[in-house]
Amino acid sequence: MPDSVYASEFGASSATQAAKVPGAAVRHTVSVRVTHWVVALSFLALLVTGIEIVISHPRFYWGEEGNVNIPPLFSIPIPASRASVPTGFNYTLPDQNGWSRSLHFQTAWVVVAAGLWYVLAGLLSGHFRRNLLPSCADLSPAKLAKVFVNHLRFRFEGDPHTYNPLQRLAYLLVVIVAFPLIIWTGLAMSPAVTSTFPFLVNVLGGHQSARTLHFIDTLFLALFLVVHVLMVCVTGFRNRMSGMITGKSVEKS
Amino acid sequence: MNQKISRRKWIINGIVTAAGLSGLAVAARLAARYGLVPPDGVGVYGAGTTLTYAAQRLLTRHSLAREFPRSQISRAPFANGKPPELEAFKRAQAGGFADWRLEIDGMVAHPGSFSLSDLRNLPVRSQITQVTCEEGWSYIAEWIGTPLASVLEVAGTLPQAKFVVYYSIDKTEWWDSLDMADALHPQTLLSYGFNGGDLPVGFGGPLRLRVPRQLGYKSVKYINRLTVTDNLRAFGKGLGSAAPEGGYCWYAGI
Repeated sequence: MPDSVYASEFGASSATQAAKVPGAAVRHTVSVRVTHWVVALSFLALLVTGIEIVISHPRFYWGEEGNVNIPPLFSIPIPASRASVPTGFNYTLPDQNGWSRSLHFQTAWVVVAAGLWYVLAGLLSGHFRRNLLPSCADLSPAKLAKVFVNHLRFRFEGDPHTYNPLQRLAYLLVVIVAFPLIIWTGLAMSPAVTSTFPFLVNVLGGHQSARTLHFIDTLFLALFLVVHVLMVCVTGFRNRMSGMITGKSVEKS
Repeated sequence: MNQKISRRKWIINGIVTAAGLSGLAVAARLAARYGLVPPDGVGVYGAGTTLTYAAQRLLTRHSLAREFPRSQISRAPFANGKPPELEAFKRAQAGGFADWRLEIDGMVAHPGSFSLSDLRNLPVRSQITQVTCEEGWSYIAEWIGTPLASVLEVAGTLPQAKFVVYYSIDKTEWWDSLDMADALHPQTLLSYGFNGGDLPVGFGGPLRLRVPRQLGYKSVKYINRLTVTDNLRAFGKGLGSAAPEGGYCWYAGI
């Protein structure tokens, strides 16, 4: 039986409600389900368009400036969509930046709106406090190591009504570090936004540092996505998809 | 019990949805009235483009693009692209651009033209700003020139003006436009000088419009004509510049 997260739709204690009215408790609230799928679709759109934008200049720098006359910090060994970029390949990919940029920024608005909704609902409903905030005991290195080793052996045990410490840390890292950082570093690349808020880019070390951090954060989020989908698959795909779509598990707990 | 809650929930959801939709409609009307809808704010990406333009306009109307100390001027600036292949440009270059004229027409009291030395006699501004390309690269340079606002003042811009359209000598390829917030912005320069010398042809010489609060593609090279207007519909496909015709946004603040 895979572990599951029971959160009451009406804010009552989930365990109590599940005990009183079997089947009435939901695994995920409406807010969590809607924002999950909005963010999931948005992330895919942002990832694809982000890759297209990077293809026009697959070189990364640190500090303020960076261009083909300056040695890169690192570069991705792929052909570019601009003939002016020396990539070692003898051909140039088609330019997809126009629509990619438009879709990237339009989707960024959607993701920011969904993110605010999720955070507000998570704070008000107590979802963050109950299901995301790890307890001090959870954070002891010995316990974390044990959960981690068990995950590597595909053994997932724990309280079926909430997230295990590893999940809590992973989700918290995404929600309070990686997600805000991707928005911050994105805005820090805007010459208009930084004209009003120069510290957004100055504290990162410059325009090119912001771009490089945006890319590294994307790698982290993509890695999270891979592990997340993998975990859904190995811990009961049907049950978990049902939980995130309808709010209820397929199997009785 | 459950049914009651469910009915109440549906009513609340309905009210919230209706309030949201009417709020959106009101926001759209207000945006249109206060000039917060860009000329290319239509189509699939119209909503995103409009949100970005409106939000950045409200936040950045008078802010200055970051300027840098002289020590941060790039030792390896990148001159993107090649000078125009036009005969007219080659002739002008051979003559040291002595005959280069900047025409100004449209909604101005005194249409006419400026030579480069006319421009040099107008107020001068020098600023060290970064060129940031939508592709991701950037460099920092000193730009010397006449604020576009000074040229507009001399030409006598009429009060109903809303946009300044600017053309490269290669005007079928490169033309663009700015709203008055950017056109009158002190850092928007008709730039003829670069890092202490004349503006090299590779970087847009003899005359380039520098708009440091927007991405590089708004800083069109080889400028020889300005048109002041209150409506962009009659220009090109009516989307404000050549950029949206190629799939890029008219407003390039991000």
